[in-house]
Amino acid sequence: MPADFNWAIGGEAGDGIDSTGKIFAQALSRAGRHVFTSKDFASRIRGGYTAYKVRTSVDQVQSVVDRLDVLIALTQRTIDENLDELHDGSVIIYDGDRTTMQDVEIPDGMIGLDVPLKALAEDAGGAIMRNVVALGAACAVSDFPIENLNSALEKRFGDKGSAIVENNMAAARKGRDYVHDEYDEAFGYDLECTDENYVLLNGDEAIGMGAIAGGCRFYAGYPITPATNVMEYLTGRIERYGGHVVQAEDELSAINMALGAARAGARSMTATSGPGIDLMAETFGLVATSETPLVICNVMRSGPSTGMPTKQEQGDLNAMLYGGHGEVPRFVLAPTTIADCFHKTVEAFNLAEKYQLPVYLTADLSLAVTEQTYPPEEFDMDAVEIERGKVVDEETVGEWQDEQGRFKPHAITDDGVSPRAFPGTEGGVHMSTGLEHDELGRRTEDTGMRVEQVDKRSRKVETAREREPFAASEFGDPDAETLVISWGSNEGAMREAMRFLEADGIGVRFLSVPYVFPRPDLTEAVEAAETVIVAECNATGQFADLIEHDTLTRVKRLNKYDGVRFKADELAERITEMLADEEETTA
Amino acid sequence: MSSNVRFTDFKSDAQPTWCPGCGDFGTMNGMMKALAETGNSPDETFVVAGIGCSGKIGTYMRSYAIHGVHGRALPVGAGVKLANPDIEVMVAGGDGDGYSIGAGHFVHAVRRNVDMTYVVMDNRIYGLTKGQASPTSREDFETSTTPEGPQQPPVNPLALAFAASGTFIAQSFSTDAQRHAEIVKQAVEHDGFGFVNVFSPCVTFNDVDTYDYFRDHIVDLADTDHDPTNYEDARSRILDPGSEYQGVLYREEESVPYEESHGVDADMSDIPDGAPDDATDLVREFY
Repeated sequence: MPADFNWAIGGEAGDGIDSTGKIFAQALSRAGRHVFTSKDFASRIRGGYTAYKVRTSVDQVQSVVDRLDVLIALTQRTIDENLDELHDGSVIIYDGDRTTMQDVEIPDGMIGLDVPLKALAEDAGGAIMRNVVALGAACAVSDFPIENLNSALEKRFGDKGSAIVENNMAAARKGRDYVHDEYDEAFGYDLECTDENYVLLNGDEAIGMGAIAGGCRFYAGYPITPATNVMEYLTGRIERYGGHVVQAEDELSAINMALGAARAGARSMTATSGPGIDLMAETFGLVATSETPLVICNVMRSGPSTGMPTKQEQGDLNAMLYGGHGEVPRFVLAPTTIADCFHKTVEAFNLAEKYQLPVYLTADLSLAVTEQTYPPEEFDMDAVEIERGKVVDEETVGEWQDEQGRFKPHAITDDGVSPRAFPGTEGGVHMSTGLEHDELGRRTEDTGMRVEQVDKRSRKVETAREREPFAASEFGDPDAETLVISWGSNEGAMREAMRFLEADGIGVRFLSVPYVFPRPDLTEAVEAAETVIVAECNATGQFADLIEHDTLTRVKRLNKYDGVRFKADELAERITEMLADEEETTA
Repeated sequence: MSSNVRFTDFKSDAQPTWCPGCGDFGTMNGMMKALAETGNSPDETFVVAGIGCSGKIGTYMRSYAIHGVHGRALPVGAGVKLANPDIEVMVAGGDGDGYSIGAGHFVHAVRRNVDMTYVVMDNRIYGLTKGQASPTSREDFETSTTPEGPQQPPVNPLALAFAASGTFIAQSFSTDAQRHAEIVKQAVEHDGFGFVNVFSPCVTFNDVDTYDYFRDHIVDLADTDHDPTNYEDARSRILDPGSEYQGVLYREEESVPYEESHGVDADMSDIPDGAPDDATDLVREFY
């Protein structure tokens, strides 16, 4: 694979790190290069350390690695925080005139480029553009044609007028020219451009776009990191398609509004993170027992309680599978990539309506804040199909009435799915309730009906297992002795880790599971392997528990719960170690 | 909307399990009358109920309905209305449901001003759990969990609504059938959030706020020179200590419901069988 290039800008929150990083990522994408971005940030508006990192290659990149080639450091801390990733020959661009950077220490073996960012920006029209000067300098270092940067600046500042765009372009040129003039050396990078057209988006945006494509028209939510971007994406867009977003007073209200909209026949969604999932638990039971189709998006972050709100974790699996009192089926989908966020969102809405139950759509912080390039065909709107399940209209409602003409919203059926009548449908009048109910939706404590309704709801799961593929994605050598299983967002890192492993002569079969419940039966694959490793970002191995339960086989657990996602090289190293340990034990 | 709807069309064939003499019978009858008299039909009406004795109303009325969790009926009602503004939404609850566990939603539902009706059956007691203090119970009202009385002042729901910029604030008495129905009808007709606090006595557990008490103390605003569109008049009545008014205390003539201010007018159940026509525009934004 062609060499990748790793770049970052870091400073304090409030330094414009995010928007600067995004401009560079956009420039690379527009130059036909693949991009994968990541962010280091804290839950604060100003101060602290924050960084925006970009990995780029002409091939697809789908993970971060522990490597930085060029770093724009606005603070000394930016350098200190990234010492492990910097290497001999790494270039550090900084402004030695900045008070905090006057005593900067460039580690041995690295190249420090002192560029008067602020002064050059002032020359171009304003100090505010100092980050753009740095981008110009980075273009010079990486031998990346500055025209690509111009196109990204146009996109970013176009709505502020041509003067602003021109000034920014001038600022970038000054940065580039300064490096060319003052540092007469080749840095050995060559960011080749291609004719490809890519789109660049993050997981929250992919979920929002999938929601609109999938017919979602109502969204209620309460802001929470890292799910807020879903709401921000939908706001201003869903209205174009006749939809609406409500910012509710809390998560309890959000899920209840979403429930109300779903009862009225809308495809409806709320998105939140762990604390919100806890708050929604009681209503979740109502959604499930009233058999209301609803998509609940959980963009996971590190827990419990407030935990580490801006850090990665896949710790809510059990909360989603088992949360809430009593027993009632729910589906749990865990998209494995940013593109998959789009596809699984569409699927979540279809499943919710076909089986009339709540569907958890779970992403995590690393999917939510990461941007990745894709060919636009990946998001093929013509391929979107909407299946609404057993919705009745005035003509068909009669088939589902009792002898007194009363509609049966919880009719006992072979497949467990009952008919659904939207308000306004003549002849479909009915109630539902969180109380156990009969076929008419009326409270009952009749022992027979209780069992019939519980069985009916459970039967929907069996029906779905028969009708839906619910398959894992498979990668690597199907006959390898080592089987790695993971769920959700680890797919990209693992796929890249396999290349490192392969280079070391370690063959691996990898199953990436986007369906947590109902999930594929992996018994055969587990039994065929010598060593089974389940990799996930939590401390206890919640998915590993499920695999052991399903297959009655012990697995090895590869857990990470330090708040940082798996990196490809790190994952490869840990798998290598686990296999070596095992060999030692058996020997 | 179909004409010739009678109020009994809104009555289901389920037998209420409220205690004989419960104020909720009268409250419900008035709601059904108000719905029928405003030209609504059960097919196009959605009733949301919370938890408590009041929560049973979804079973006893005939319409589209859901009986939800404790305290969260108002957000459900807003969701129904915003997803299909053609549906008439009526939310019913009790004083515990609305002013205790659901107090946060109450305040925000009032200020959101979605066009729906909220009827609270205020009996100043927790009935279904057999007689504990509610947020509207008197300070010295002795119950199993407050042997000395709650020793904290009751909530004034009208003032809560007023402080939250309510656009229709009213109070009625369940046994005064005609007035009660008339007031709820005005709430239904109001463009925005129509709130009616209904004195709905509990004959089993509340021996203080009884039918007799209310009969003796209620002042009907119809018998006064009260102007509900006058903000200052409303303020002084709502904050009048120890008063028990019946009637519309405040009505904002210029009320603009949420749907109108936010341009929500579509029946959201109506979607195509694929992505919207111009959905590819959404992908292009990411170039």
